[in-house]
Amino acid sequence: MSTEAPAGFPDAAGHFGRFGGRFVPEALVAALDELGAAHRTAMADETFRAEFAALLRDYAGTPSLLYEAHRFSARAGARVLLKREDLNHTGAHKVRNVLGQALLTRRMGKKRVIAETGAGQHGVAAATAAALFDLDCVVYMGQVDTERQALNVARMRMLGATVIPVTTGSRTLKDAMNEAMRDWVANVDDTHYLIGTAAGPHPFPALVRDFVRGIGDEARQQCLDLTGELPDAVTACVGGGSNALGIFHAFVDDPQVRLYGFEAGGEGVATGRHAASITGGSTGVLHGTRTYVLQDDDGQTVESHSISAGLDYPGVGPEHAWLHDTGRASYLPVTDDEAMAAFELLCRTEGIIPAIESSHALAGTLAVAGKLAAELGRPPTIVVNLSGRGDKDVHTAGGYFGILDGESA
Amino acid sequence: MSRIGVAFDKARADGRAVLVGCMPAGFPTVEGSIAAMKAMVSAGVDVIELEIPYSDPVMDGPVIQRASDIALAGGVRTRDALRIVEEVAATGAPVVTMTYWNPIERYGVDAFARDLAAAGGTGLITPDLIPEEADEWLAASDSHGLDRTFLVAPSSTDERLAMTTSHCRGFVYATALMGVTGARTQTSQAAPVLVARVREVTDLPVGVGLGVGTGAQAASVAGYADGVIVGSALIRCLLDAPDESTALAALTALSADLANGVRHPTP
Ligand SMILES: Cc1ncc(COP(=O)(O)O)c(C=O)c1O
Repeated sequence: MSTEAPAGFPDAAGHFGRFGGRFVPEALVAALDELGAAHRTAMADETFRAEFAALLRDYAGTPSLLYEAHRFSARAGARVLLKREDLNHTGAHKVRNVLGQALLTRRMGKKRVIAETGAGQHGVAAATAAALFDLDCVVYMGQVDTERQALNVARMRMLGATVIPVTTGSRTLKDAMNEAMRDWVANVDDTHYLIGTAAGPHPFPALVRDFVRGIGDEARQQCLDLTGELPDAVTACVGGGSNALGIFHAFVDDPQVRLYGFEAGGEGVATGRHAASITGGSTGVLHGTRTYVLQDDDGQTVESHSISAGLDYPGVGPEHAWLHDTGRASYLPVTDDEAMAAFELLCRTEGIIPAIESSHALAGTLAVAGKLAAELGRPPTIVVNLSGRGDKDVHTAGGYFGILDGESA
Repeated sequence: MSRIGVAFDKARADGRAVLVGCMPAGFPTVEGSIAAMKAMVSAGVDVIELEIPYSDPVMDGPVIQRASDIALAGGVRTRDALRIVEEVAATGAPVVTMTYWNPIERYGVDAFARDLAAAGGTGLITPDLIPEEADEWLAASDSHGLDRTFLVAPSSTDERLAMTTSHCRGFVYATALMGVTGARTQTSQAAPVLVARVREVTDLPVGVGLGVGTGAQAASVAGYADGVIVGSALIRCLLDAPDESTALAALTALSADLANGVRHPTP
């Protein structure tokens, strides 16, 4: 295992240690090569970088604040600094990825983007970027999800995207991803697959990581400015892994900064009803990459479960699998109930309604704060990636807490 | 020479193409799929491509997806597929398996190669494994004497065609068009060009798949390729039929039509 490789940089074929790579139909190899070349030259191009930076600043509203959550901190027994990605345009870290990929789409001369979405967050972000860049946009969404996330379907349509319900397999996110890959195989000449997380075949994991890594670059400097020191720990939720990689990356070479990724433990990893691919899965190949996946003894993908649609995915980006293997980052499960308790706590202590995804990071932070305090002999400073806002989750959370008039929990 | 190679040589000597018929293992049931494949062989299908169903088949269109879902819902397992290989190979027709990489990796690459060889299978078609990621499979297929069929596509560069075909054994699978499996009313213009490009870099027989559904299409593909690979159209015979005897009758009729097509290549 190439633990000696520089942190976070895959080899030329996209391997992070024994993970990553390309497990794709031959028909896609040329497009992935083209994308990889476009990614490399774009990242080396001052003009591209300046354009991306200007969009992030003027359109997305970054740098997002690093906010010291005093009342939440008191409850956590830690100095908790929230990286407020929830304040970005479209309400999550995902806007960074879609703007980067839309710029790259234009650079490659392509006119159409396709995307997969679970809850609809990435679909909305993709539709947003497509509107801004005048690109045709088709979003694949499992039929189960189009029904439970009707408002986000309407949002995407308002933005001019076509939403196609996927009726095969389990009719959820993983099937939407399959359908997006099928579309891409057939239309690769004029279409870019605007993938929603740091997963999939090389170069997607590295490319998405590069577009979201501003989260950590900003947070590192903001933390130094605010406290004069690096944090003791950085925490994030992990679905496919983009927001977590985005905030981890700037700290990977700071050995004193502990990195924690919190996976969706659903009803508990022991119940089998969860989405914790690293904690509760095994090594396999899914959606073009080798990583940890939820699978049965025959290698068939097992359906994931989480109260958080954005974490409800049976795989994880390969760089996280590798960070787990090398021990650089720690991955722990957080149950639905733990996440919802943290959701409520942030609402009540700070007047911030977090996304349920991000609530997993908050709950995990509460869980590790005590251990860290004991280890350090003082309250730890913890930077939490508050990856998104909870407006989209009002229905789910309202149902969970039994506070929707006319409905019971 | 592999048994597939013998079938291609024999067909070439007869001035015709080999007909490869694809069926998912365990669709509609394990026994039903065995009966279907035996019927196909009786009606003139030369080689059986047995697809081991996978939950996330990104190269497959709606027909094969549905058939795979049905097979998986029925509980078919990789070891059932190996038993099917054994039963169908007993007809004398070469049986080549096709599946996505994760089921193989999960079974154990060498163990799968060993058990496939023991069951009488000739090799494996790998739709989502490219040679760059295939070290373990290259070793396992060598040590158990199995054929390796990687895919080539219209978008493959000349360099990749040479590299990929140099790792193939038995035959090369040319995906006729950019897209997923599924019968189409027109076969592709890109296919003959791709086959000609493949012939520049290898002497292996070339099979063409994706989109063939009628005897006439088979005849036209047979005009330039060594093998005609048919999947969705055959599977649809089973999906659409109200009962097994109707299904087998439709399957037999289509197989015979396709078998006739590969015997009358149109230039
Ligand atoms: C707010 C928010 N956070 C996190 C995620 C999980 O994705 P990732 O792990 O790629 O950051 C999502 C996905 O929809 C999301 O909407």
